[in-house]
Amino acid sequence: MRERDVPQEGNATLAGHRKAVYAVADDGRVRLVASRGWEVEEIVTRQAVQDLERLARDASARALAGLTSPLEVHMYRARMDLALLSQTTGLWRWRIRRHFQPQVFARLSPALRRRYADALGLTPEALGRID
Amino acid sequence: MPPFVHAHASHCESGVMSSLVRHHGLPMSEAMAFGLAAGLLFAYLPFMRINGLPLVAYRIPPRGIIKRLNKDLGFGMRFETFREPAEGTRRLNQLLDDGKLVGLQSSVFWLPYFPPDLRFHFNAHNLLVYGREGDEYLISDPVVETVVRCARADLEKARFAKGLLAPRGLLYYATARPAAPDWAKLGKRALKRVTNTMLRTPLPFVGVRGIRLLARQVERLADDAHARMYAGNIVRMQEEIGTGGAGFRFLYASFLQELAERTGYRPLEGLATQLVEVGDRWREFALAAARMIRGRDRFDGGILAGHLRALAEDEKKFFSELDAAQRAWPC
Repeated sequence: MRERDVPQEGNATLAGHRKAVYAVADDGRVRLVASRGWEVEEIVTRQAVQDLERLARDASARALAGLTSPLEVHMYRARMDLALLSQTTGLWRWRIRRHFQPQVFARLSPALRRRYADALGLTPEALGRID
Repeated sequence: MPPFVHAHASHCESGVMSSLVRHHGLPMSEAMAFGLAAGLLFAYLPFMRINGLPLVAYRIPPRGIIKRLNKDLGFGMRFETFREPAEGTRRLNQLLDDGKLVGLQSSVFWLPYFPPDLRFHFNAHNLLVYGREGDEYLISDPVVETVVRCARADLEKARFAKGLLAPRGLLYYATARPAAPDWAKLGKRALKRVTNTMLRTPLPFVGVRGIRLLARQVERLADDAHARMYAGNIVRMQEEIGTGGAGFRFLYASFLQELAERTGYRPLEGLATQLVEVGDRWREFALAAARMIRGRDRFDGGILAGHLRALAEDEKKFFSELDAAQRAWPC
């Protein structure tokens, strides 16, 4: 990649940041150049983000229909999956899956609520809500 | 100790290490740090999954660059992990009050200064802390253009994130000044290390063989949503923040040029040029994949596999020539 070919396409996922890439300058030396981003990166990053957003939206719709608890929604909003939430909280997966049942979730102890809230970066009150 | 100077870098670990080494009195570029630590790699690790997708690595595992450089330059790096976040914070404050420059391993997700779209649960990010003011830390994150600040609570969460490669509050700092090395000797050894891994690892998922294995996997992908996620994952590992473009190939080319200049061993110049061309073809692969993901071209695993097979040939040729050059280097 030549220095003049370094993409400066204003990749939205960089949110105005510039990233350092290496490219060949006119004198033939490979140098660090600040880049505003490449559309290819934007496509693959948005793809990953949108997939997580889709999971959160699906869960949200199911939570509103009473089919799952807000916990599942918040898990996806925090870009986690069951495996990661299990590692972060130290709870077994089957226990978390059980807490996805609205009636079980409603009876969750304050200690467990706090544990989930901490793992997801929320307050215990926010854990019970989906806005 | 002179005041700390921040430098923008493409990869967090080589960025942190070159800054640390420079701060302790030995001039070192990011590329030199990356190259001397033999940071370049290709590995396709189907048994390590992140969000259900296999790990594709273009560089050595986390902490490899830190450990190798520490050993080769001998600056007595200390590593500490903690069971309790409060303990980790207390120790960090203590080191900062002693005027130390402290490296941290952290999650990316909990760092508020990162662009929201890039905040994934990746736990092996590296950054430097060069001071604190009240409840805020002064941070030099090599992949960010300027210095930033981070609140104590956020940094604590990032340092004690759980999951794959959990940092467990890891911090590290130098206790001695790095010695100016014998560049030729160290360089030759680093080249040997990279060519050995890329050409002669007896595992089917590492090096050139790993690229071929990945090609076979990609070829089998049907035209569905999973295939697009799978292809997107490869490209993300290759082109996302922290690769310098083309999965570190350009960064390594810069190292070859610098090593040639410093030691006067000219054959490395031509090899650098060759590696830049290989890097360009990695980017062509990324472009082809992105067009298919976006639906501009029909998804065709065969075409992507073709790109990868050609890349395996390119890399085999390049690393074989690098190996020959390394062997012929009298030092």
